Amino acid sequence: MGVSTVADELRCLIAADTDVVQARQTGRDLAAEIGFSAGDQTVVAAAISEIARNILMYAKRGEVRFTKVLDGTRQGLIVVAEDDGPGIRDVSRAMQDGYSTSGGLGLGLPGARRLMDEFEVVSAPGQGTRITMRKWKRASA
Amino acid sequence: MEVPILKQGHYLIASIQSALSDADLSQLREALIARVGKFRARGVIVDVTALDVMDSFAVRTLRDIAHMARLRGAETVIVGIQPEVAFAMVQLGLTLKGIATALDLEEGLAFLDRQAQGRIDNRQGHGRIDRG
Repeated sequence: MGVSTVADELRCLIAADTDVVQARQTGRDLAAEIGFSAGDQTVVAAAISEIARNILMYAKRGEVRFTKVLDGTRQGLIVVAEDDGPGIRDVSRAMQDGYSTSGGLGLGLPGARRLMDEFEVVSAPGQGTRITMRKWKRASA
Repeated sequence: MEVPILKQGHYLIASIQSALSDADLSQLREALIARVGKFRARGVIVDVTALDVMDSFAVRTLRDIAHMARLRGAETVIVGIQPEVAFAMVQLGLTLKGIATALDLEEGLAFLDRQAQGRIDNRQGHGRIDRG
């Protein structure tokens, strides 16, 4: 458990359910620092909660990394969730609402994708899973 | 982080004070269901005002609490879902279909009182039919 800073990157190890809480609070704090609206801070925290729990459920352990980004005039947050777990056999199916191999609601990945602006999954059986999500600060926010 | 459960008349009130881990949520479910029997509660209020995120596990646990409490004879009301939390829940595709919700504790108590009154009215209604 805990957060450490590597250059501009924050890392949360995920190995217990309290780490999921820690990860989403870290993400919310960073979103607040960037100046995200209260609504978008919650959205980011909810998305992190889902992908961090997926690590716990399927891979038992992994990590979530956070980076603040400035892309041209846009400010945003990149969240990468990575594990060396069993991987996802069928990524496109895992992205469908209601599909779960764990007895969950099957809303974690598709739900997180709806919450974030960009969402990528890289995974193969036996090769772990890496999820990269980005959220940009809205100009009006 | 254990959630305090207060008994008020025939109702149990669980006031979530801070962010909860999955284990905390499961513990709350077990504690509430046990206490519905112990205190012969007719209603359960779960106050989530302090929750800044509701993800799929939290929603599933609240649904489980409401369904289990109903099987034990008690109605459940979830109160205090914050506007941002509601927004994120809808985006995630999470619903509390079939479960009573209310704006705050006061409205939640009023809802349970109306439910209880409805049960009494029903019983009296049946009584008249029986006599007729």
